[in-house]
Amino acid sequence: MGLTNQSTGLKTLRDSFNVDLQSPDDIVIALAGNPNTGKSTVFNSLTGLKQHTGNWPGKTVTNARGTFTHKDQKYILVDLPGTYSLLSNSVEEEIARDFICFGKPHAVVVVADSTCLERNLNLVIQILEITSNVILCVNLIDESKRKGIDIDCRKLSEELGIPVVPTNARRGIGLDVLKDSLHSMIRTKETLSPISIDYNEQITNAVDELCPLISPIIKDDILDMRWTSLRLLDGDNSIIQSIVKYLDIDLSTHNEIMDKIETIKEDLEVVHHININNLREKIVSSIIEKAEIIADKVITEHKKQHRDFDRKIDKVITSKALGIPIMLLLLGIIFWITIIGANYPSSLLSNMFCNAELKLTEFFNWINAPSWLHGVLVLGLFRTLGWVISVMLPPMAIFFPLFTLLEDLGYLPRIAFNLDYFFKKCCAHGKQALTMCMGFGCNAAGITACRIIDSPRERLIAIITNNFVPCNGRFPTLIALATIFIAGISGRFSSVIGTLVILLTIVLAVFLTFGISRLLSKTILKGIPSSFTLELPPYRKPQIGKILIRSLIDRTLFVLGRAIVVAAPAGVIIWILQNITVGDISILSHCANFLEPFANLIGLDGYILMAFILGFPANEIVIPILIMSYMSTGAMLELDSLQALKDLLVNNGWTMLTAICTMLFSLNHFPCGTTLLTIYKETKSKKWTFASFIIPTITGIVICFIVAQTARLFGFY
Amino acid sequence: MIEVICINSNIMSLDKLTIGKNCKLLKLQADGITRRRLLDLGLVKDTLIKALYKSPCGDPVAYEIRGSVIALRLEEASKIIVEYIPKKEESI
Repeated sequence: MGLTNQSTGLKTLRDSFNVDLQSPDDIVIALAGNPNTGKSTVFNSLTGLKQHTGNWPGKTVTNARGTFTHKDQKYILVDLPGTYSLLSNSVEEEIARDFICFGKPHAVVVVADSTCLERNLNLVIQILEITSNVILCVNLIDESKRKGIDIDCRKLSEELGIPVVPTNARRGIGLDVLKDSLHSMIRTKETLSPISIDYNEQITNAVDELCPLISPIIKDDILDMRWTSLRLLDGDNSIIQSIVKYLDIDLSTHNEIMDKIETIKEDLEVVHHININNLREKIVSSIIEKAEIIADKVITEHKKQHRDFDRKIDKVITSKALGIPIMLLLLGIIFWITIIGANYPSSLLSNMFCNAELKLTEFFNWINAPSWLHGVLVLGLFRTLGWVISVMLPPMAIFFPLFTLLEDLGYLPRIAFNLDYFFKKCCAHGKQALTMCMGFGCNAAGITACRIIDSPRERLIAIITNNFVPCNGRFPTLIALATIFIAGISGRFSSVIGTLVILLTIVLAVFLTFGISRLLSKTILKGIPSSFTLELPPYRKPQIGKILIRSLIDRTLFVLGRAIVVAAPAGVIIWILQNITVGDISILSHCANFLEPFANLIGLDGYILMAFILGFPANEIVIPILIMSYMSTGAMLELDSLQALKDLLVNNGWTMLTAICTMLFSLNHFPCGTTLLTIYKETKSKKWTFASFIIPTITGIVICFIVAQTARLFGFY
Repeated sequence: MIEVICINSNIMSLDKLTIGKNCKLLKLQADGITRRRLLDLGLVKDTLIKALYKSPCGDPVAYEIRGSVIALRLEEASKIIVEYIPKKEESI
């Protein structure tokens, strides 16, 4: 158990948190806290890193790290997963505990929500049992003020024996003070003597008995002896494993310790009637009692009824009569605004690109460029780009900020609350509602978010079914087709009908998610739902400015950028496929003809199926590919409105049935390349990645087949 | 335990508590990970709990626990034994 082994363990841990010290003088700070305390906001404000933050537990699914410099000292900040405790009840808690215990951060900053400080103090006290270099950051101080809660931070600091800094990280208030206290804590190397918890006599005696046996094996400056002893008595096997992993010491081979633990446990049970279950309860009670006592001393509430407003809203939006209708209404409003708002800028952009294309064509003629070059660059690359941007940018620029607004308000956990019953009936995890909502943004993001689900079985279900909700890459396809074929382009109610169709699509998507989840949990992923608790955090006033910036830069530009990167080469490839002919017709037509009989069975045509296959890298480019393939056969060059798109599609044999089947197939087909790659990374299994590929595809084919054949049977189309 | 329930009608499992009513925790009957999760939320003996509202399907139910709103499924709530507090007491 030499120093090398220890440092190897430390290296692994720091590697997994992506902490690379550039110099030994760099200071590592761990950022801990309960979920929903604005921890990520503190992290972002300190480091300037634009990390996506959602207002519900588990969004810090990957461990973020960032750096900042204060008074010429470089700090590396590690954002730990948000947890309620460190008693290793979940993977997230184990990660947080291991980094605090073995990652050797120079200090831990604990972010607490000032509006429910007492509960947050539990975690603070647990962390203080492990290390004394802790700074408490009492965040959201503006919210608590508004709610009439006064917190005496000076007194709190005295009680806890650590620095306490009130902050409002969203406005950057108090962060300088926080940095200053970090600075002085690191510089002065003063040893704080924070409070310790008084467990009852029997537990204290038991710890006293065990400590002397462990201290020769693990040095006192590495782990707190009393804390370690208590964990061992509590039957926490994960700490034994972590000690092996990071310190290369296997306590389970030290028989004298293992025997002693057993004797003490027996003694506790027989003499004092403390068994494994109520030992944990006694430990937790002692911590909570301490938190209660401290909270009583430092918190004054002026307005007792400060939570009533939130409760009143919740009562309505989770009520039996209105809960689900309101949910649909809110989504409906978002799509309605997106549909009516996107129309005008879309045609504006489209005109702009058309003009630019003409100018480019003139330029190519002027320099006497060969026609294939003009074809590849202008008709292939540029036109596809123009399409992707003018079709996708306006709806995204409207949809993303609106969705982020709902997220920021704290509405998503309420959706999970409203839908949990259905997920339980499907033997799935309640948090799947949250990952499903993330999927509306991007399926790959939704799949990464599935890490918040502990049970591996339920996590797999959530991963495999995530693709059933349409992501933003598929919304433009759905919106465009719904508008032109079902709602009609003009007419007074077209946007309303369009919205209803999209809503119906989403309801269908959610039902499919339920159905497939249930099917999976009855067949290949059998099991019963695991326990689950969900916090409904207080509503927060959204910051409109930040929402705009964040959703436009983080999401809109990200998704658009990805689409462009994929669409540009795809445009070139498709142009080539169209223009190289074998026999009389192009390669693309050969492929489409080959697919035609099968595509026809499911209500599509060969070109549509081909577009979905070529759109594998990104769903966004399905419609642009389709347009290009159709345009090569006709003489149409300008496509500046939805009417023109409709004419193009109708000229190529589209009917209402084709549109419906295309929408259904867009909803249910193989996930895009990025999503599949994410699934493989998350599951580390080819089998489950393949399952995620094949299950939605088969579902889509079956549904489209039934719809198409039924419609034909009854003589429509 | 069953006898006690019969004698004192104020003692029940949390899922039986009427919406809007307050109660005090007596005992957790869950074990293993569920028990640990519930303890994490601060559910120890004598903790005050208020039933706030049901979700549209009646399950889960949101409870006020130590100043936070926590939703519990029927399965978990039925393992929490509480004592109903008839008059509204000063909540924390």
